[in-house]
Amino acid sequence: MMPAATLPDAALLVCIFCIFLVPLAGAGISLINAGLGRSRNAGHMMMAAVSTLAVAAIVYFVCGFAWQGYIGIPGHSLVFSGKSWNWIAAQSFFFRGLGFDGSTASLAALLQMFCVGLAALIPLGSGADRWRLRASCASAALLAGWTYPLFAHWVWGGGWLAQLGVNYGLGLGFIDAGGASSIHVVGGLTALAVTWILGPRRGKYSPDGMAPAIPGHNGVFVLFGCLLALLGWFGLNSAGAILFTGGAPAQSAMIAINTLLQASAACLTAAVITGIRFGKPDASLSANGWIGGLVASSATCAFVVPAESIVIGSIAGALVTFSVEWFELKLEVDDPAGAVSVHAIGGIWGLLAVGIFARFHSPVLNVAGASMPAMDAGAPGQWLAQLVGVATLLGFVLPLTYGLNLALNRICPFRVAIEGERQGMDLYELGAGAYPEFVTHTEDFLPR
Amino acid sequence: MKFIGFLLLVAGWLLALAAIVLLASAPSRAVFVLAGLAVEGLGLAFVIRSHLILREDKR
Repeated sequence: MMPAATLPDAALLVCIFCIFLVPLAGAGISLINAGLGRSRNAGHMMMAAVSTLAVAAIVYFVCGFAWQGYIGIPGHSLVFSGKSWNWIAAQSFFFRGLGFDGSTASLAALLQMFCVGLAALIPLGSGADRWRLRASCASAALLAGWTYPLFAHWVWGGGWLAQLGVNYGLGLGFIDAGGASSIHVVGGLTALAVTWILGPRRGKYSPDGMAPAIPGHNGVFVLFGCLLALLGWFGLNSAGAILFTGGAPAQSAMIAINTLLQASAACLTAAVITGIRFGKPDASLSANGWIGGLVASSATCAFVVPAESIVIGSIAGALVTFSVEWFELKLEVDDPAGAVSVHAIGGIWGLLAVGIFARFHSPVLNVAGASMPAMDAGAPGQWLAQLVGVATLLGFVLPLTYGLNLALNRICPFRVAIEGERQGMDLYELGAGAYPEFVTHTEDFLPR
Repeated sequence: MKFIGFLLLVAGWLLALAAIVLLASAPSRAVFVLAGLAVEGLGLAFVIRSHLILREDKR
Protein backbone atom coordinates (compact mmCIF):
# COMPACT_ATOMS: atom_id res chain seq x y z
CA MET A 1 0.00 0.00 0.00
CA MET A 2 1.33 3.44 -0.90
CA PRO A 3 0.94 6.33 1.51
CA ALA A 4 -1.78 8.74 0.48
CA ALA A 5 -0.50 11.36 -1.97
CA THR A 6 -2.27 13.95 0.15
CA LEU A 7 -3.41 13.76 3.76
CA PRO A 8 -6.94 14.52 5.00
CA ASP A 9 -7.26 18.12 6.25
CA ALA A 10 -7.08 17.27 9.95
CA ALA A 11 -4.04 15.04 9.44
CA LEU A 12 -2.42 17.73 7.31
CA LEU A 13 -2.82 20.28 10.11
CA VAL A 14 -1.38 17.90 12.71
CA CYS A 15 1.52 17.10 10.42
CA ILE A 16 2.34 20.75 9.64
CA PHE A 17 2.09 21.69 13.32
CA CYS A 18 4.49 18.86 14.21
CA ILE A 19 6.95 19.87 11.47
CA PHE A 20 6.95 23.48 12.73
CA LEU A 21 8.02 22.22 16.16
CA VAL A 22 11.15 20.53 14.75
CA PRO A 23 13.38 23.69 14.67
CA LEU A 24 13.09 23.74 18.47
CA ALA A 25 15.17 20.55 18.50
CA GLY A 26 17.87 22.45 16.60
CA ALA A 27 17.61 25.37 19.04
CA GLY A 28 17.98 22.97 21.95
CA ILE A 29 21.02 21.21 20.48
CA SER A 30 22.63 24.60 19.69
CA LEU A 31 22.15 25.82 23.26
CA ILE A 32 23.57 22.56 24.62
CA ASN A 33 26.62 22.85 22.34
CA ALA A 34 27.17 26.47 23.38
CA GLY A 35 26.66 25.78 27.07
CA LEU A 36 29.08 22.86 27.13
CA GLY A 37 31.81 24.89 25.43
CA ARG A 38 33.90 27.71 26.91
CA SER A 39 32.51 31.22 27.40
CA ARG A 40 35.04 32.71 24.98
CA ASN A 41 33.62 30.55 22.17
CA ALA A 42 29.88 30.85 22.92
CA GLY A 43 29.05 33.47 20.29
CA HIS A 44 31.04 31.57 17.68
CA MET A 45 29.18 28.37 18.49
CA MET A 46 25.77 30.00 18.02
CA MET A 47 26.94 31.73 14.84
CA ALA A 48 28.21 28.37 13.56
CA ALA A 49 24.83 26.80 14.40
CA VAL A 50 22.88 29.41 12.45
CA SER A 51 25.33 29.31 9.52
CA THR A 52 25.28 25.52 9.44
CA LEU A 53 21.48 25.45 9.38
CA ALA A 54 21.48 27.96 6.53
CA VAL A 55 24.07 26.07 4.48
CA ALA A 56 22.35 22.73 5.07
CA ALA A 57 18.94 24.09 4.02
CA ILE A 58 20.27 25.63 0.80
CA VAL A 59 22.40 22.64 -0.21
CA TYR A 60 19.57 20.24 0.55
CA PHE A 61 17.26 22.36 -1.60
CA VAL A 62 19.77 22.43 -4.45
CA CYS A 63 20.68 18.74 -4.62
CA GLY A 64 20.00 16.86 -1.37
CA PHE A 65 16.33 16.13 -1.96
CA ALA A 66 17.13 15.06 -5.51
CA TRP A 67 19.30 12.24 -4.12
CA GLN A 68 16.96 11.40 -1.27
CA GLY A 69 13.51 11.50 -2.87
CA TYR A 70 10.45 10.12 -1.15
CA ILE A 71 8.36 6.98 -1.14
CA GLY A 72 6.81 6.55 -4.59
CA ILE A 73 9.26 8.90 -6.36
CA PRO A 74 11.30 6.92 -8.93
CA GLY A 75 14.83 5.87 -8.04
CA HIS A 76 17.85 4.23 -9.65
CA SER A 77 18.06 0.52 -8.92
CA LEU A 78 20.68 -2.19 -9.23
CA VAL A 79 19.60 -5.81 -9.63
CA PHE A 80 21.32 -8.52 -7.55
CA SER A 81 20.17 -12.11 -7.82
CA GLY A 82 16.83 -11.07 -9.23
CA LYS A 83 16.09 -8.48 -6.52
CA SER A 84 15.94 -4.75 -7.10
CA TRP A 85 18.20 -2.60 -4.88
CA ASN A 86 17.01 1.00 -5.00
CA TRP A 87 20.13 2.99 -4.05
CA ILE A 88 19.46 6.62 -5.02
CA ALA A 89 16.47 8.73 -6.01
CA ALA A 90 15.94 10.11 -9.50
CA GLN A 91 14.32 13.38 -8.49
CA SER A 92 15.10 16.74 -10.16
CA PHE A 93 17.36 19.36 -8.50
CA PHE A 94 15.90 22.51 -6.88
CA PHE A 95 12.66 20.72 -5.83
CA ARG A 96 11.52 20.80 -9.47
CA GLY A 97 8.53 18.57 -10.09
CA LEU A 98 7.48 18.70 -6.45
CA GLY A 99 3.88 19.87 -6.07
CA PHE A 100 3.37 22.21 -3.10
CA ASP A 101 -0.29 21.31 -2.77
CA GLY A 102 -0.33 19.57 0.59
CA SER A 103 1.11 16.38 -0.89
CA THR A 104 3.01 14.09 1.47
CA ALA A 105 6.11 14.49 -0.69
CA SER A 106 6.10 18.28 -0.19
CA LEU A 107 5.60 17.86 3.57
CA ALA A 108 8.47 15.38 3.63
CA ALA A 109 10.69 17.87 1.77
CA LEU A 110 9.89 20.55 4.37
CA LEU A 111 10.53 18.18 7.28
CA GLN A 112 13.78 17.02 5.71
CA MET A 113 15.10 20.59 5.40
CA PHE A 114 14.87 20.83 9.19
CA CYS A 115 16.15 17.28 9.75
CA VAL A 116 19.26 17.79 7.64
CA GLY A 117 20.01 20.96 9.61
CA LEU A 118 19.64 19.01 12.83
CA ALA A 119 22.07 16.36 11.58
CA ALA A 120 24.55 19.08 10.59
CA LEU A 121 24.39 20.67 14.07
CA ILE A 122 25.52 17.49 15.81
CA PRO A 123 29.24 17.60 14.79
CA LEU A 124 29.48 21.24 15.97
CA GLY A 125 29.30 20.04 19.56
CA SER A 126 32.25 17.69 19.18
CA GLY A 127 34.34 20.27 17.30
CA ALA A 128 33.58 22.99 19.84
CA ASP A 129 36.30 25.50 20.79
CA ARG A 130 38.56 24.70 17.81
CA TRP A 131 36.59 24.17 14.56
CA ARG A 132 36.80 27.11 12.13
CA LEU A 133 33.52 28.62 10.97
CA ARG A 134 34.09 28.25 7.23
CA ALA A 135 35.26 24.65 7.63
CA SER A 136 32.18 23.72 9.67
CA CYS A 137 29.95 25.26 6.98
CA ALA A 138 31.78 23.36 4.23
CA SER A 139 31.46 20.12 6.20
CA ALA A 140 27.73 20.79 6.66
CA ALA A 141 27.44 21.22 2.89
CA LEU A 142 28.97 17.77 2.32
CA LEU A 143 26.65 16.24 4.89
CA ALA A 144 23.52 17.91 3.50
CA GLY A 145 24.44 17.37 -0.13
CA TRP A 146 25.62 13.80 -0.08
CA THR A 147 25.99 11.71 3.11
CA TYR A 148 22.61 12.45 4.66
CA PRO A 149 20.43 12.23 1.51
CA LEU A 150 22.03 8.96 0.42
CA PHE A 151 21.42 7.15 3.68
CA ALA A 152 18.02 8.80 4.23
CA HIS A 153 16.95 7.56 0.80
CA TRP A 154 17.80 3.99 1.80
CA VAL A 155 15.65 4.30 4.92
CA TRP A 156 12.90 6.80 4.08
CA GLY A 157 12.83 7.00 0.30
CA GLY A 158 11.92 3.39 -0.44
CA GLY A 159 15.61 2.47 -0.73
CA TRP A 160 17.22 -0.95 -0.32
CA LEU A 161 17.27 -0.92 3.50
CA ALA A 162 13.51 -0.30 3.55
CA GLN A 163 13.11 -3.06 0.93
CA LEU A 164 14.79 -5.72 3.10
CA GLY A 165 11.38 -6.93 4.27
CA VAL A 166 9.89 -7.26 0.79
CA ASN A 167 13.00 -8.60 -0.91
CA TYR A 168 14.48 -10.88 1.73
CA GLY A 169 11.74 -11.42 4.32
CA LEU A 170 13.59 -9.50 7.06
CA GLY A 171 10.62 -8.26 9.09
CA LEU A 172 9.14 -5.08 7.65
CA GLY A 173 12.55 -3.91 6.40
CA PHE A 174 14.78 -1.45 8.26
CA ILE A 175 12.50 0.73 10.42
CA ASP A 176 13.27 4.17 11.81
CA ALA A 177 10.27 6.43 12.38
CA GLY A 178 11.93 9.60 13.68
CA GLY A 179 15.47 9.62 12.29
CA ALA A 180 17.59 7.85 14.90
CA SER A 181 19.72 6.49 12.06
CA SER A 182 19.55 9.04 9.27
CA ILE A 183 19.75 12.12 11.50
CA HIS A 184 21.45 11.09 14.72
CA VAL A 185 23.78 8.21 13.93
CA VAL A 186 24.84 9.87 10.68
CA GLY A 187 25.43 13.12 12.60
CA GLY A 188 27.13 11.29 15.48
CA LEU A 189 29.50 9.37 13.20
CA THR A 190 30.34 12.60 11.37
CA ALA A 191 31.06 14.11 14.79
CA LEU A 192 33.46 11.22 15.50
CA ALA A 193 35.22 11.75 12.16
CA VAL A 194 35.51 15.50 12.79
CA THR A 195 36.90 14.92 16.29
CA TRP A 196 39.55 12.54 14.94
CA ILE A 197 40.54 15.03 12.23
CA LEU A 198 40.61 18.05 14.57
CA GLY A 199 42.41 16.40 17.47
CA PRO A 200 41.80 17.39 21.10
CA ARG A 201 41.61 20.93 22.46
CA ARG A 202 44.91 22.41 23.61
CA GLY A 203 45.43 21.51 27.24
CA LYS A 204 42.86 18.71 27.22
CA TYR A 205 45.41 15.90 27.54
CA SER A 206 48.60 16.42 29.51
CA PRO A 207 51.87 14.84 28.30
CA ASP A 208 51.40 11.93 30.71
CA GLY A 209 47.98 11.19 29.19
CA MET A 210 45.83 12.62 32.01
CA ALA A 211 42.58 14.31 30.93
CA PRO A 212 41.57 17.19 33.21
CA ALA A 213 37.91 18.14 32.91
CA ILE A 214 37.14 21.33 31.00
CA PRO A 215 33.67 22.15 32.32
CA GLY A 216 31.03 23.83 30.16
CA HIS A 217 30.50 27.52 30.81
CA ASN A 218 26.71 27.63 31.24
CA GLY A 219 24.68 24.79 32.75
CA VAL A 220 21.46 26.78 32.42
CA PHE A 221 21.87 26.88 28.62
CA VAL A 222 22.43 23.14 28.62
CA LEU A 223 19.38 22.25 30.69
CA PHE A 224 17.11 24.78 28.98
CA GLY A 225 18.32 23.30 25.69
CA CYS A 226 17.10 19.91 26.89
CA LEU A 227 13.59 21.29 27.47
CA LEU A 228 13.50 22.98 24.06
CA ALA A 229 14.75 19.78 22.44
CA LEU A 230 11.86 17.84 23.99
CA LEU A 231 9.33 20.01 22.13
CA GLY A 232 11.28 19.58 18.92
CA TRP A 233 11.40 15.83 19.36
CA PHE A 234 7.62 15.65 19.89
CA GLY A 235 7.26 17.20 16.44
CA LEU A 236 10.07 15.23 14.83
CA ASN A 237 8.87 11.83 16.03
CA SER A 238 5.20 12.47 15.27
CA ALA A 239 5.77 13.97 11.82
CA GLY A 240 8.29 11.24 10.96
CA ALA A 241 5.89 8.49 12.01
CA ILE A 242 3.07 10.00 9.92
CA LEU A 243 5.13 10.64 6.80
CA PHE A 244 7.63 7.78 6.79
CA THR A 245 5.87 4.85 8.41
CA GLY A 246 2.26 5.68 7.56
CA GLY A 247 1.27 6.29 11.19
CA ALA A 248 -2.12 7.83 11.96
CA PRO A 249 -2.12 11.37 13.41
CA ALA A 250 -4.13 9.92 16.30
CA GLN A 251 -0.96 8.07 17.34
CA SER A 252 0.74 11.37 18.17
CA ALA A 253 -0.30 11.22 21.84
CA MET A 254 1.24 7.78 22.29
CA ILE A 255 4.36 8.88 20.42
CA ALA A 256 4.72 11.94 22.67
CA ILE A 257 4.25 9.80 25.80
CA ASN A 258 6.92 7.34 24.65
CA THR A 259 9.27 10.20 23.75
CA LEU A 260 8.89 11.86 27.15
CA LEU A 261 9.20 8.58 29.06
CA GLN A 262 12.40 7.57 27.27
CA ALA A 263 13.99 10.98 27.86
CA SER A 264 12.91 10.95 31.52
CA ALA A 265 14.15 7.42 32.19
CA ALA A 266 17.47 8.15 30.48
CA CYS A 267 18.01 11.40 32.39
CA LEU A 268 17.17 9.86 35.76
CA THR A 269 19.38 6.84 35.07
CA ALA A 270 22.29 9.15 34.22
CA ALA A 271 21.62 11.21 37.38
CA VAL A 272 21.51 8.09 39.57
CA ILE A 273 24.65 6.56 38.02
CA THR A 274 26.65 9.78 38.39
CA GLY A 275 25.21 10.29 41.89
CA ILE A 276 26.42 6.84 42.96
CA ARG A 277 29.82 7.17 41.28
CA PHE A 278 30.69 10.77 42.10
CA GLY A 279 28.60 11.46 45.20
CA LYS A 280 26.39 14.05 43.44
CA PRO A 281 24.39 13.89 40.20
CA ASP A 282 26.25 15.44 37.27
CA ALA A 283 24.12 18.01 35.43
CA SER A 284 25.89 17.81 32.07
CA LEU A 285 25.87 14.00 31.97
CA SER A 286 22.20 14.00 33.02
CA ALA A 287 21.51 16.40 30.15
CA ASN A 288 23.42 14.07 27.83
CA GLY A 289 21.29 11.21 29.15
CA TRP A 290 18.11 13.18 28.43
CA ILE A 291 19.12 13.80 24.82
CA GLY A 292 20.34 10.19 24.49
CA GLY A 293 16.86 9.04 25.55
CA LEU A 294 15.26 11.36 22.99
CA VAL A 295 17.55 9.99 20.28
CA ALA A 296 16.65 6.39 21.15
CA SER A 297 12.96 7.35 21.14
CA SER A 298 13.26 8.51 17.53
CA ALA A 299 13.59 4.91 16.40
CA THR A 300 11.13 3.27 18.75
CA CYS A 301 8.45 5.85 19.68
CA ALA A 302 5.73 4.54 17.36
CA PHE A 303 6.16 0.82 17.97
CA VAL A 304 6.54 0.24 21.72
CA VAL A 305 4.33 0.52 24.78
CA PRO A 306 5.11 3.04 27.56
CA ALA A 307 6.52 0.44 29.97
CA GLU A 308 9.00 -0.68 27.32
CA SER A 309 9.91 2.97 26.78
CA ILE A 310 11.12 3.22 30.36
CA VAL A 311 13.37 0.18 29.86
CA ILE A 312 14.72 1.51 26.54
CA GLY A 313 15.31 4.98 28.03
CA SER A 314 17.07 3.60 31.11
CA ILE A 315 19.47 1.57 28.99
CA ALA A 316 20.08 4.61 26.75
CA GLY A 317 20.90 6.73 29.80
CA ALA A 318 23.37 4.16 31.13
CA LEU A 319 25.02 3.68 27.74
CA VAL A 320 25.47 7.40 27.19
CA THR A 321 26.86 8.00 30.69
CA PHE A 322 29.50 5.28 30.44
CA SER A 323 30.39 5.93 26.81
CA VAL A 324 31.04 9.66 27.39
CA GLU A 325 33.69 8.69 29.94
CA TRP A 326 35.01 5.86 27.78
CA PHE A 327 35.46 8.07 24.72
CA GLU A 328 37.09 10.85 26.73
CA LEU A 329 39.43 8.87 28.96
CA LYS A 330 40.17 5.60 27.14
CA LEU A 331 39.90 6.56 23.48
CA GLU A 332 41.12 10.18 23.89
CA VAL A 333 38.26 11.50 21.78
CA ASP A 334 37.81 15.10 22.94
CA ASP A 335 34.10 15.63 22.40
CA PRO A 336 33.02 18.61 24.57
CA ALA A 337 29.28 18.09 24.01
CA GLY A 338 29.34 14.29 24.16
CA ALA A 339 27.80 14.29 20.67
CA VAL A 340 29.30 10.94 19.63
CA SER A 341 27.95 9.15 22.69
CA VAL A 342 24.57 10.85 22.70
CA HIS A 343 23.76 10.66 19.00
CA ALA A 344 25.74 7.70 17.66
CA ILE A 345 25.56 5.34 20.66
CA GLY A 346 22.05 6.43 21.69
CA GLY A 347 20.84 6.12 18.10
CA ILE A 348 22.35 2.68 17.54
CA TRP A 349 20.75 1.46 20.75
CA GLY A 350 17.36 2.82 19.60
CA LEU A 351 17.68 1.02 16.26
CA LEU A 352 18.52 -2.27 17.98
CA ALA A 353 15.65 -1.73 20.43
CA VAL A 354 13.23 -1.70 17.47
CA GLY A 355 14.38 -5.23 16.65
CA ILE A 356 13.93 -6.32 20.26
CA PHE A 357 10.77 -4.55 21.44
CA ALA A 358 8.76 -3.34 18.42
CA ARG A 359 5.22 -4.56 17.81
CA PHE A 360 3.41 -3.40 14.70
CA HIS A 361 -0.26 -3.05 15.55
CA SER A 362 -1.09 -1.25 12.31
CA PRO A 363 0.38 -1.57 8.80
CA VAL A 364 3.79 0.04 8.40
CA LEU A 365 4.44 1.85 5.15
CA ASN A 366 8.03 2.51 4.33
CA VAL A 367 8.54 0.62 1.11
CA ALA A 368 7.53 1.99 -2.25
CA GLY A 369 4.60 0.06 -3.60
CA ALA A 370 4.59 -2.65 -0.92
CA SER A 371 2.01 -3.45 1.72
CA MET A 372 3.57 -4.51 5.01
CA PRO A 373 0.84 -5.98 7.21
CA ALA A 374 0.27 -5.40 10.91
CA MET A 375 2.14 -7.92 13.09
CA ASP A 376 1.00 -7.82 16.68
CA ALA A 377 3.55 -10.39 17.79
CA GLY A 378 6.46 -8.55 16.19
CA ALA A 379 7.92 -9.14 12.75
CA PRO A 380 10.18 -12.18 12.33
CA GLY A 381 13.62 -11.15 11.13
CA GLN A 382 13.11 -7.51 12.14
CA TRP A 383 16.15 -7.60 14.42
CA LEU A 384 18.29 -8.80 11.50
CA ALA A 385 17.07 -5.91 9.33
CA GLN A 386 18.01 -3.52 12.12
CA LEU A 387 21.45 -5.14 12.42
CA VAL A 388 22.04 -4.74 8.67
CA GLY A 389 21.12 -1.05 9.05
CA VAL A 390 23.62 -0.63 11.90
CA ALA A 391 26.28 -2.48 9.86
CA THR A 392 25.63 -0.06 6.99
CA LEU A 393 26.08 2.94 9.27
CA LEU A 394 29.40 1.66 10.60
CA GLY A 395 30.70 0.07 7.42
CA PHE A 396 29.57 2.61 4.84
CA VAL A 397 28.61 5.92 6.44
CA LEU A 398 31.61 6.19 8.82
CA PRO A 399 34.28 5.58 6.13
CA LEU A 400 32.41 7.85 3.70
CA THR A 401 32.03 10.77 6.10
CA TYR A 402 35.60 10.36 7.37
CA GLY A 403 36.98 10.30 3.82
CA LEU A 404 34.95 13.32 2.72
CA ASN A 405 35.91 15.38 5.77
CA LEU A 406 39.58 14.34 5.54
CA ALA A 407 39.67 15.49 1.90
CA LEU A 408 37.90 18.72 2.86
CA ASN A 409 40.46 19.31 5.63
CA ARG A 410 43.20 19.37 2.97
CA ILE A 411 41.39 22.09 1.03
CA CYS A 412 39.94 24.07 3.92
CA PRO A 413 41.83 23.36 7.18
CA PHE A 414 39.47 22.52 10.03
CA ARG A 415 41.52 23.56 13.02
CA VAL A 416 41.88 27.16 14.12
CA ALA A 417 45.39 28.55 14.68
CA ILE A 418 46.92 28.31 18.17
CA GLU A 419 46.32 32.02 18.66
CA GLY A 420 42.62 31.50 17.92
CA GLU A 421 42.30 28.83 20.60
CA ARG A 422 44.18 30.96 23.10
CA GLN A 423 42.25 34.14 22.38
CA GLY A 424 38.87 32.45 21.94
CA MET A 425 36.96 31.81 18.75
CA ASP A 426 34.63 34.73 19.39
CA LEU A 427 37.36 37.36 19.20
CA TYR A 428 39.55 35.53 16.70
CA GLU A 429 36.94 34.66 14.09
CA LEU A 430 34.07 37.05 14.80
CA GLY A 431 35.86 40.06 16.28
CA ALA A 432 33.54 40.35 19.28
CA GLY A 433 32.88 38.25 22.35
CA ALA A 434 29.51 36.89 23.42
CA TYR A 435 30.07 38.26 26.94
CA PRO A 436 32.20 41.42 26.57
CA GLU A 437 32.13 42.11 30.31
CA PHE A 438 33.68 38.72 31.15
CA VAL A 439 37.38 38.34 31.92
CA THR A 440 39.02 35.76 29.61
CA HIS A 441 40.62 32.94 31.57
CA THR A 442 44.03 31.93 30.34
CA GLU A 443 45.04 29.47 33.06
CA ASP A 444 44.01 26.57 30.82
CA PHE A 445 47.22 27.20 28.88
CA LEU A 446 49.63 27.23 31.78
CA PRO A 447 51.96 24.21 31.88
CA ARG A 448 50.51 21.44 34.04
CA MET B 1 46.77 0.81 10.39
CA LYS B 2 44.06 3.43 9.89
CA PHE B 3 43.61 2.41 6.25
CA ILE B 4 43.34 -1.28 7.19
CA GLY B 5 40.79 -0.35 9.84
CA PHE B 6 38.57 1.44 7.35
CA LEU B 7 39.02 -1.41 4.89
CA LEU B 8 37.81 -3.84 7.56
CA LEU B 9 34.79 -1.62 8.26
CA VAL B 10 33.77 -1.79 4.60
CA ALA B 11 34.56 -5.52 4.41
CA GLY B 12 32.34 -6.22 7.42
CA TRP B 13 29.48 -4.34 5.80
CA LEU B 14 29.90 -6.23 2.53
CA LEU B 15 29.94 -9.52 4.47
CA ALA B 16 26.61 -8.62 6.07
CA LEU B 17 25.15 -7.71 2.67
CA ALA B 18 26.48 -10.90 1.06
CA ALA B 19 24.88 -12.93 3.84
CA ILE B 20 21.38 -11.65 3.14
CA VAL B 21 21.77 -11.92 -0.64
CA LEU B 22 23.43 -15.34 -0.87
CA LEU B 23 22.05 -17.26 2.10
CA ALA B 24 18.47 -18.39 2.45
CA SER B 25 18.12 -19.83 5.93
CA ALA B 26 17.55 -17.45 8.81
CA PRO B 27 20.19 -18.91 11.21
CA SER B 28 23.02 -18.82 8.67
CA ARG B 29 22.08 -15.28 7.67
CA ALA B 30 22.12 -14.23 11.31
CA VAL B 31 25.53 -15.83 11.92
CA PHE B 32 27.09 -14.14 8.92
CA VAL B 33 25.56 -10.75 9.65
CA LEU B 34 26.92 -11.00 13.19
CA ALA B 35 30.30 -12.03 11.75
CA GLY B 36 30.18 -8.94 9.54
CA LEU B 37 29.54 -6.77 12.60
CA ALA B 38 32.45 -8.46 14.38
CA VAL B 39 34.74 -7.62 11.44
CA GLU B 40 33.48 -4.02 11.66
CA GLY B 41 34.28 -4.03 15.39
CA LEU B 42 37.82 -5.13 14.57
CA GLY B 43 38.09 -2.38 11.96
CA LEU B 44 36.86 0.20 14.46
CA ALA B 45 39.46 -1.00 16.97
CA PHE B 46 42.21 -0.56 14.34
CA VAL B 47 41.06 2.97 13.48
CA ILE B 48 40.85 3.97 17.13
CA ARG B 49 44.27 2.46 17.85
CA SER B 50 45.81 4.31 14.91
CA HIS B 51 44.55 7.63 16.26
CA LEU B 52 45.84 6.84 19.74
CA ILE B 53 49.29 5.96 18.37
CA LEU B 54 49.32 9.19 16.37
CA ARG B 55 48.59 11.14 19.54
CA GLU B 56 51.23 9.31 21.57
CA ASP B 57 53.80 10.13 18.87
CA LYS B 58 52.87 13.82 19.05
CA ARG B 59 53.39 13.78 22.82
